[in-house]
Amino acid sequence: MPLACEILNDTAHVNIDGELTIYTASDLAAQLLPRLGATPQMQIDLSQITEMDGAGLQLLIMVTREASRAGTALTLTGHSKAVLETLQLSGLGTAV
Amino acid sequence: MSINLDQALQTFIVEARELLEAMEEALLQLESEPGDADAIGAIFRAAHTIKGSAGLFGLDPIVSFTHIVEDVLDRLREGSVAVDARLIAVLLKSSDHMLELIDVVASKGGQLQAPALAREAELRQTLQAYQAPSAAGNDELEVIPDADVGVEQGAAILWHISLRFGLDVFRNGMDPLSFLRFLNTLGDIVTVQTLTDSMPAAEAFDAESCYLGFEIDFHSSATHAAINEVFDFVREDCQIEITQPADSSNTAAQQTGTGLVSQASDHAEQGTAVVAMGELMEDQRSVPRVPAQVSNEKQLASDKQADSKAKDGRYVRVNADKLDELINLVGELVIASAGATLLARTCDNDPLQESTSTVSGLVEEILDGALRLRMIPIGDTFNRFRRVVRDVSQELGKDIELIISGAETELDKTVVEKIGDPLMHLLRNAMDHGIESAEARLAAGKPLKGHLHLNAYHDSGSIVLEIADDGAGLNRDRILEKAQERGLIAPGATLTDQEIYNLIFEAGFSTAQAVTNLSGRGVGMDVVKRNITLLRGTVDLDSKPGQGTVIRIRLPLTLAIINGFLVGIGQSTYVIPLDMVQECIELSEEDRHTSREQGYLDLRGEVLPLVYLRDHFHHDGPSARRQNVVVVRYAEHKAGLVVDDLLGEFQTVIKPLGKLFGALRGISGSTILGSGAVALILDVPALLSQIVQLENRYTANPAQSTATAR
Repeated sequence: MPLACEILNDTAHVNIDGELTIYTASDLAAQLLPRLGATPQMQIDLSQITEMDGAGLQLLIMVTREASRAGTALTLTGHSKAVLETLQLSGLGTAV
Repeated sequence: MSINLDQALQTFIVEARELLEAMEEALLQLESEPGDADAIGAIFRAAHTIKGSAGLFGLDPIVSFTHIVEDVLDRLREGSVAVDARLIAVLLKSSDHMLELIDVVASKGGQLQAPALAREAELRQTLQAYQAPSAAGNDELEVIPDADVGVEQGAAILWHISLRFGLDVFRNGMDPLSFLRFLNTLGDIVTVQTLTDSMPAAEAFDAESCYLGFEIDFHSSATHAAINEVFDFVREDCQIEITQPADSSNTAAQQTGTGLVSQASDHAEQGTAVVAMGELMEDQRSVPRVPAQVSNEKQLASDKQADSKAKDGRYVRVNADKLDELINLVGELVIASAGATLLARTCDNDPLQESTSTVSGLVEEILDGALRLRMIPIGDTFNRFRRVVRDVSQELGKDIELIISGAETELDKTVVEKIGDPLMHLLRNAMDHGIESAEARLAAGKPLKGHLHLNAYHDSGSIVLEIADDGAGLNRDRILEKAQERGLIAPGATLTDQEIYNLIFEAGFSTAQAVTNLSGRGVGMDVVKRNITLLRGTVDLDSKPGQGTVIRIRLPLTLAIINGFLVGIGQSTYVIPLDMVQECIELSEEDRHTSREQGYLDLRGEVLPLVYLRDHFHHDGPSARRQNVVVVRYAEHKAGLVVDDLLGEFQTVIKPLGKLFGALRGISGSTILGSGAVALILDVPALLSQIVQLENRYTANPAQSTATAR
C-alpha cells in the first residue's frame, strides 16, 4: 500500500500505487489525513491506481473535504482508468 | 478479488437441477399428503434458493418466472391457497419449465424456443390465478405485466432509487458500487448522486465503515420486484427505497422498510408496489442470507444446509475423475503390497512378515474405503421413478401405485447411472403390458389399484434389483407361439417355462398386441438385457399367469477390484471370486471315482454337480494326486469346481482381457499375482449356466448318454 510523499517547495506530492480499495483504505487514510493542512498545497497522483471500490471512493471524497477544511489546496491528477470509471459510475465525474 | 464466474455458474446449474429434483419429489409427496407442511417448506425453499442464486448471475428469465412460482408457493405456505390437483399439476409443469430454463443457461447462448415461450405464458396465467389479488383489483396487475415478462423488452419506465448504506457494508464484504454496476445490467442509470452527509469528522472517520448513500434515477423495463432483488444481499445493511417519480413526493432519507408499508397504503393504486411490499417484508423475515463474501457456492451451501434436514452428514463435492484415479492407484497398491508380502514370505524374517501383514491389512481397509466412496444409494434413482409412474399411469388411465423398498442399498456410482434407463424401460413395460386395465382387474377379482414393487438388496456379493407387478403375468403360450413364428427356437424343441419367459429378451421380440408409444415395439428388452450384461450383470424373469411378474436383475457390487480365492491346476493359477465361494472340500480317492462316473458329488445329502476345470480348460498332463473341490454358488445355482491346489485368499485388481480373448467363455478377466504371474479370473455365473443347460438337457432327455454330463 505504498503511499509515496515528497514535499517540494510548498506542495506535497503524493503518489498512490496499487489498489485504492477496502484493503488499503485504512492504511492510506492513516497516512494521508494527517498530512492535510501540513502544506498549503497537495497534489495527489492517481495514475498508478489499479483498482478502486466504494471504500476507495469514500476515502477520496473524505480527503477532498478535509483538505479544504484544513486549508490545503488539493489537486488530483493523472486519473487512471479505474479511477475514472469509478467516478463516472458514482456520478462524481468531474466533481472530484 | 475476482471470482471464477464460469465455475460458479456450473455449480449453480448442478445445484439448481438438484433443487428441482427435490422440488419435484416434494410436490409428489404433497400430492399424496396434502397436509404435509414439510413438503411445502421444501418446495418453497427450492424455488426461493434458485431464484436468489439466479439473480446473482443476472439470469433474468429464471428470476422472473421463478418469482411468480415462489409467490404462489408462499401463499401456499401461509395457507391462503389450498392444495388441489390442479395446483400440483401446474406446479409440476412449472418445475419442468424451470428445468428447461436452466438447460438454456447450460447450453450457453441458447434461446428459449417459441413453444417453450408459449408454455411459459400459459403457466404464468395459470399461476396468476393463485396469486394475491391486488388492493385495487386485478386490473392493475394486468396492465403492468409488460414490465413483468423479463423475456421480451417491455415498456421502460423511470424509477427513483434511494440508497443509504449502513456502516458495516464494507466489512460484510459488499461494495456499494457493485450494486450500481448491476443496476446497469437491468437498465440505465440516468443520473446518480453520491451522498456523503453521513460522513463524520476526520477524527471519527473509519475508512472501513461505509457512510455512502445514493440517489439514483433509473430507467428500466424491469419490474419493481426485480429491481428490489438487486439489493437482496444488503437488505439488512441498507435502507432502500424504490419508487416511481410520480409519487416520490416522500423521499425522506430516513424511510425504513416499515415506512414503505405505510407509503404503500397511501398509494394503493400501485398494483405491483403492493405485491412488492409483501415481498420486501417477506425477505426480511426469511432465513437471513449469509452476507459474507459473495461466493455463490457458499450461498447455495448455506441454503442447502437449511434444506437437508433429511440428509444427514456433511458432503464434499468431489470430481468423479479424481475418484477414479484414486481407485486406480489403490488397485496398484494392492498388487504391490501383495508382491511385498510374497517376498517377505520367502525371507525367514518374522518381523518383516508381520510388518507386511500389517501393511496388507491396512491396504485392504483403504481399498474398502475407496470403493465405498463410489457407492451411492439407489434411492435417488428409485425416487425419480415416482414421477414417471405417476405420469404414465395417468396417461394409461390406470391406477398404479409404486412401492419402493431397499432404497438405502448402495451401488457403485457408474452402475447406478447405467441401470437407470433399463429400469425405466422395465417399469414402463410392466405398467403398459403387465398391469391390466381397471375393468380387467375387476373381472379377475383383483383390487382396482395395480401395484409395482421396486426392491433392492444385497445377496452373496451381488446386488439384486427386483421389479414386481401384480398384473396379468407373462403369457407363456403366446411367447412360445411368437418365438416359433420368428424362428427363434427350433420346432419341436421343449423348453422350460423359465426358458420361454427369457425369450422375450431376444431382439425384435414383442407379443404386445398393441404397440403403444411407450413400449411394445420390441426394441426394448434386448437392449435392456445388453445394458445389464455390459455391467456384468444378469437378468431373470419369473411369472405366474394372472398373478404377476417378477424381474430380477443381479449386478456385481464392485467393478474393479476383486476378493478372490486362488486355486491351482497344474502350473496355472486361477482366481475364483471369493463372494461366490461357499466351502472347500478335499476330494478323497473313492469320491473321485464315483463322482467321475456320475458327474456329481454327494454333499451332505445334496447333489452337487462337478466341473473338472482341468478338463474344461484343456490342461495337459495327468491330474494331481490330490484334488479339491471348491463349492461355489451364484443365485440359486451351486456347483463344485474340481481343482488341484487351494492357494488361499487373495485380493487384487481386475485387468480386462484383450479383445483377442473376447470369445473365451468362462473367463471374465485376469489379474497379476504378487509373483508377477498372471492368473485368470473365472466367470462363475457363466460356468454355472453352462452346467444348468447341460443339466436341463440331461433331465429332459434321460435317454441321452452320460458322456455330456460331467
